[in-house]
Amino acid sequence: MRFDTVIIGGGLAGLTAGISLQEAGQKVAIVSAGQNAMHFFSGNFEDAGPVRERISALFAAAGVRTNALDGVQLMPMGKFQPVSLTLEDVTVFPEEHIAEKALIVNFTGFHDFYCTFLAETLEKAGTACRIRFVRLPEMEHLRTSPSEMRSVNIARVMDEYWEKAVADIRILLGDEDLIILPQVFGLKDASVLDKIRTSLPARVAFVGTMPPSVPGIRTQMLLKRRFEVLGGTFLMGDEVTSAALHEGVVSSITTRNLDTARLFADHFILASGGYFSKGLAATPTQVFEPLFGLDIDYPEERKDWYDADFFAEQPFMDFGVKTDASLHAVKDGEPMKNLFCIGSVLGGTRKEDYGTAAGLAIRTAFAVVDTIKGGNV
Amino acid sequence: MKLQEYTASAHNFEECMKCTICTAYCPVVPVNPRYPGPKQAGPDGERLRLKDPYFFNQALKYCLNCKRCEVVCPSGVKVADIIQSARIKYDHAQPRLRDVVLANTDFMGKLARPFAPIVNGTTALGVTKAVLDATFAIDKHRTFPKYSGRSFERWLKRRAKEQAKFDKQVAYYHGCYVNYNYPQLGKDFVKVMNALGIGVQLLDKEKCCGVALIANGMSKKAAKNAKHNVDVLQKAVDAGLKVLTTSSTCTMTIREEYPGLLQVDNSGIKDSVLLATRYIYQLIESGQAQLKFKENYRARIAYHIPCHLEKLGWGIFSTELLKMIPGVEFTLLDSNCCGISGTYGFKKENYESSQAIGKPLFDQIKSVNPDFVACDCETCKWQLEMSTDYPVKHPVSILAEALA
Repeated sequence: MRFDTVIIGGGLAGLTAGISLQEAGQKVAIVSAGQNAMHFFSGNFEDAGPVRERISALFAAAGVRTNALDGVQLMPMGKFQPVSLTLEDVTVFPEEHIAEKALIVNFTGFHDFYCTFLAETLEKAGTACRIRFVRLPEMEHLRTSPSEMRSVNIARVMDEYWEKAVADIRILLGDEDLIILPQVFGLKDASVLDKIRTSLPARVAFVGTMPPSVPGIRTQMLLKRRFEVLGGTFLMGDEVTSAALHEGVVSSITTRNLDTARLFADHFILASGGYFSKGLAATPTQVFEPLFGLDIDYPEERKDWYDADFFAEQPFMDFGVKTDASLHAVKDGEPMKNLFCIGSVLGGTRKEDYGTAAGLAIRTAFAVVDTIKGGNV
Repeated sequence: MKLQEYTASAHNFEECMKCTICTAYCPVVPVNPRYPGPKQAGPDGERLRLKDPYFFNQALKYCLNCKRCEVVCPSGVKVADIIQSARIKYDHAQPRLRDVVLANTDFMGKLARPFAPIVNGTTALGVTKAVLDATFAIDKHRTFPKYSGRSFERWLKRRAKEQAKFDKQVAYYHGCYVNYNYPQLGKDFVKVMNALGIGVQLLDKEKCCGVALIANGMSKKAAKNAKHNVDVLQKAVDAGLKVLTTSSTCTMTIREEYPGLLQVDNSGIKDSVLLATRYIYQLIESGQAQLKFKENYRARIAYHIPCHLEKLGWGIFSTELLKMIPGVEFTLLDSNCCGISGTYGFKKENYESSQAIGKPLFDQIKSVNPDFVACDCETCKWQLEMSTDYPVKHPVSILAEALA
């Protein structure tokens, strides 16, 4: 099977590259071994500032709306984080004093939304908080198995019964000028967010829950659909098993499901993620890139891999695949000719050029897309 | 220390890191509150069941075995295999008569075929449906698949000589559906293979793949069928034949469930059992054969990928073949379960869940408004034809009707 470009990894980096290349008229396949870190997404495209117009346009065409606003986001554990580009689900505040009085509303039995942590932070910044719970009969069945009272399951109920929740919140609301709700709305359709905002008499802020991330899942589904509508091939639940390499060129790969039906392409992009996604792997003695055996820069002594202070920044999180200036993967000291690396598989190796996290994913994806489109490969 | 017994399973549950992505994509969780969800029913529950079988929960029967949890799992945990293996290992309840009848697709086919007109006429009657619903708990909304008066095997046996004339040969695992209910698909398959210059042979007495037996708690019988099938498949493979199929579920069962759930070794035949669409696509792509299509063929096709084909990862072969036909306007439907899941949706207690699961798919089909839906699965076809007003055709049948 022949493609112009084959991308390994179907998360934010892989889909950004895949959509861009399909839009440019290429024939692209994405091989995705299960779902990805988008399902844990806070909604903040950290470090994406330099490409915020470009990525906003790409998302808008997929039906994903964004806020290109500078300010702070209230995080699930009650910390503030600076933002410059977020999903529309995230409420961006100009400063940490976000209101005079806030009503924090949660659903009875939902343990993945930490109201008291939020209240502690907010009160320090001068916002008086009141915490109240909503209990809907339509949600009671979720409580039979407490481990399934999770964001996505609540979101499914809310997609249908959000008006009932809103009616309850109106009763609970006192003289607060801000209502804080968990991000459990709009799993399929984000328009419910606006409907909730306009049906309540105070400002509404949505704050992230523990995973899975409802806005992240919706974004993933919309980006995948966009890629497929453009004619892209998304191989879900498949994984790369081998690659044909010759003199620095990848000519084809095989996958577990397609075995003898090899995937040939002019370009290959490795967007397989970090340790969690198995794009990087580690044993007690080595850190490696499992698909191509690419070079990774890391200290020989294991004690230098980590900081004994658990809460310190851990050095191993910065280990990643070595690349040349234009993100060609390096193997045995030599850059590969048609294999690029984007996203978390780079670890912190290109922090100065492309930042970290979501910004790294998007900016390296665009950089490689431009190289491929420009033909200066 | 028996630590290993408590912490390791054949289906790598210990690799689950509790991310809940499987639950987010499970089609049953949103519609059936009695189902604990794949994470709880699978890896979480397995940890407890290994300590004490007391923790086995009958609610595991609500799992469709659609495998969507496995397709989305970022850690490669065989969630559905854990659930189905637990049912096999711990559920010793005798299956009820209705389930036995539903599960024994080949036995029922043999029984019904000679009386096909009477059986079809009777099962289509409102009064029969009401009786089945009341006494048998087979939902009255369902129409039983029609039985064909003449089996596909008999049809092909009569043509064995002309098929033998082709230099190139393949064997065909047709499955119960083609044999007893819808021989036309088998005939379409033979037409397409012949157009490619390939003759079609039957296997030496195939049996039902066993998927419905597994689903209805008759895994011993399923394993017996599996052993028999592996033997006859091996004969074909030893004779140098590829074995092609048209049912995505039979294929998934033979390739994945035989070793994974039934502990039947299929290593000698696995790589040779292929969906016809895959075989045909690879043949055409490699330039070894060509298909000539009608110049005036026109169709607006919406393609639905069945769950088990998604699990196999082979939907791409069907979609690429359909896109090859000139005059086809192709739409890929979102990957959603249709809700029937073989015998599951026929059961009265599952009818509502079944229809609720399929609703997003039904709605999308209606909004796309194609000439017809394309799909590789027989039970999806029943479900979609009952729940939407659109006919459903197998990709191989579409190829056959588009041939010049």
